[in-house]
Amino acid sequence: MPGPTAGRATGSAPSRIPSVVWLVGPSVLLMALLFGWPMIAGIVQAFAGPEGFTLAHVERMVADPYFWPSVRNTLLLIVVLIPLQFALALAMALLLRTNPRFGGLYFYVWAIPLAVSDLAAGLVWLAVLTDRGYLNSVLAGLGLTPVPWLAFDNPVSLFVAVLVAELWRATALVLVIVVAGLQGIPKDYEEAAAVFGAGPWQRLRHVLLPLLRPSLQVALILRTILAFQTFAVAQALTGQNFPLLVGETYRWYTILQNENVAAALALVVLLLSMLTSVIYLRTLRQAQT
Amino acid sequence: MAEIRMEGLVKTYPGGTERATDDVSLDVADGEFVVLLGPSGCGKTTLLRMLAGLEFPDAGKITIGGEDVTYRAPQDRNLSMVFQSYAVFPHRTVRANIGFGLAMRKVPAAQIAQKVAWAAELLQLTPYLDRYPAKLSGGQRQRVAVARAIVMDADVLLMDEPLSNLDALLRLSFRAELKKIVQDLGTTTVYVTHDQGEALSLGDRVAVMRTGRIVQLGDPLEVYDRPADTFVGGFLGSPPMNFLPATVHDGQLSVAGHARPAPAHLQGHSGDLVVGVRAEHIGISGINDTDGTNGIEARVDVVEPTGSAVLLTTSVGAGPGPAVLKVSAPPTFRARPGDTVRLDLAPDALRYYDAETQLALEP
Ligand SMILES: Nc1ncnc2c1ncn2[C@@H]1O[C@H](COP(=O)(O)OP(=O)(O)O)[C@@H](O)[C@H]1O
Ligand SMILES: [Mg+2]
Repeated sequence: MPGPTAGRATGSAPSRIPSVVWLVGPSVLLMALLFGWPMIAGIVQAFAGPEGFTLAHVERMVADPYFWPSVRNTLLLIVVLIPLQFALALAMALLLRTNPRFGGLYFYVWAIPLAVSDLAAGLVWLAVLTDRGYLNSVLAGLGLTPVPWLAFDNPVSLFVAVLVAELWRATALVLVIVVAGLQGIPKDYEEAAAVFGAGPWQRLRHVLLPLLRPSLQVALILRTILAFQTFAVAQALTGQNFPLLVGETYRWYTILQNENVAAALALVVLLLSMLTSVIYLRTLRQAQT
Repeated sequence: MAEIRMEGLVKTYPGGTERATDDVSLDVADGEFVVLLGPSGCGKTTLLRMLAGLEFPDAGKITIGGEDVTYRAPQDRNLSMVFQSYAVFPHRTVRANIGFGLAMRKVPAAQIAQKVAWAAELLQLTPYLDRYPAKLSGGQRQRVAVARAIVMDADVLLMDEPLSNLDALLRLSFRAELKKIVQDLGTTTVYVTHDQGEALSLGDRVAVMRTGRIVQLGDPLEVYDRPADTFVGGFLGSPPMNFLPATVHDGQLSVAGHARPAPAHLQGHSGDLVVGVRAEHIGISGINDTDGTNGIEARVDVVEPTGSAVLLTTSVGAGPGPAVLKVSAPPTFRARPGDTVRLDLAPDALRYYDAETQLALEP
């Protein structure tokens, strides 16, 4: 079968290795080395005992009093955070689409959190919310009683603190993806919709959102996977008072020095991420046809 | 159905230095088909977008059906429009595209289905109703855009170069269909094009635009036959009108070295002017065919048979700058480059223009 490379005769017998191998090979190799191998090693570690296969690590993980709270917190954070982030990012992107004065400047300001490391972001919010932080100083200045926002016995305000910090930190990613997606949609479609009687909400619902679906899909999968990995912000703000799955993984690995349980926890995060990605892809694809 | 009144519309785009439309006033009667014709960049689309509410004028007023709509949002104007880019929604089937406007206006589903079926039948789209636009040809997408516009029962139908993206053959056949559809609908229509053939064949009236202004408004034959200035004459017609320098002295008109009595309305005139004549109004004969001396001698430079006629490019008069005349001869006429022919400029085929202002010198 003469392929497109057939003209590149070398004098010897024509090479039987199709060009696709050369094109895909390096990245497959890299993926195998950097992702495949550690993943397999991790899976092995989660189930490896002195006498071969064991569920002891998994049992120990589930028995830990922090495990179920961390699962619940992680899921709760995702369920509340992601819709808020998408609503905010969409609103901001639509504002930018109206070409306001200094629109370019707003975009860069809004995108700044993207460049801030998550630990730094967590420390910034810690400075704001800690007992003698900026927020309480302002409250005191106004003659109000300061509130212990990050107290361990105040789970609601702990949750809200992590939520706000994550909202500030990670909405920019959704914004950038949505803005890029919107730029690919010609104004003609909105204009046609307007001429044919669609008001602003109808244009958003019947024209912009459907055309934006691919971008939203990417942003949703990316953001959800990243939200499962929320760690540094919560760690800086709450320590262990608001346990999350990745925080627990870290605790088992470093403080409790148990690599096997840590690996089992990492596996839980992986499974949850894969499960939601598959669900997203399924539901969004079905809606398309 | 409604009449449109545009009064003194001025629009300068932000950052623009020139006015995109410069004090345009135009009335379109109820049910009338008006074509805006002009070269690219003359402000046709801008005018149409102001009618649609997609752009607001800096000054002036638009009324539709007696209501002032100058600053009203597009969705509140009850219009429909065919966009130059079609703007057929890629995420909706042909059926949903055609029914879009009706769905937005909350028309009952049964009625929408009926209207969509009617429009699809009219535009031969019935087999494609459940396809997505990506699986249609350009011509079919064009039809979807038209179908979407005509189901609306709108007061006003706007079309921005709807045929410009079609190939020549399709354009010609669809032009006739479009004319029939719009005639049957009887909707007030404003149609934008840069194609003079389209303008002449479609419009009840044609408004010729240039650099943001309407330079002539009239019924197509009048605009073609009596261009208000040399620009209109040069823009309309294929080939465009011929222009020759001429002079009037003592009641004698001299064109291309050929003198004759000037027409009555130029008797008082004296000095330079420009004579315009359409290619098909020039009589032509071989140099030996007639005994008369009542013609202008010209040399044939190019011969282009077009099937229905032979288009000759001739030069008249010797000297440094011979005038070039395009002549449309009968298809049976035979000539070769280098031949000399005799041209006959019939007095009633000649139009006269001021040499300075380029405006018509009408009786
Ligand atoms: N969005 C815009 N911003 C700035 N200038 C524009 C814009 N649209 C059109 N123009 C300018 O306005 C003039 C008229 O344009 P347009 O109405 O599109 O012309 P036409 O449709 O006759 O080709 C042109 O000089 C064009 O460059
Ligand atoms: Mg245009």
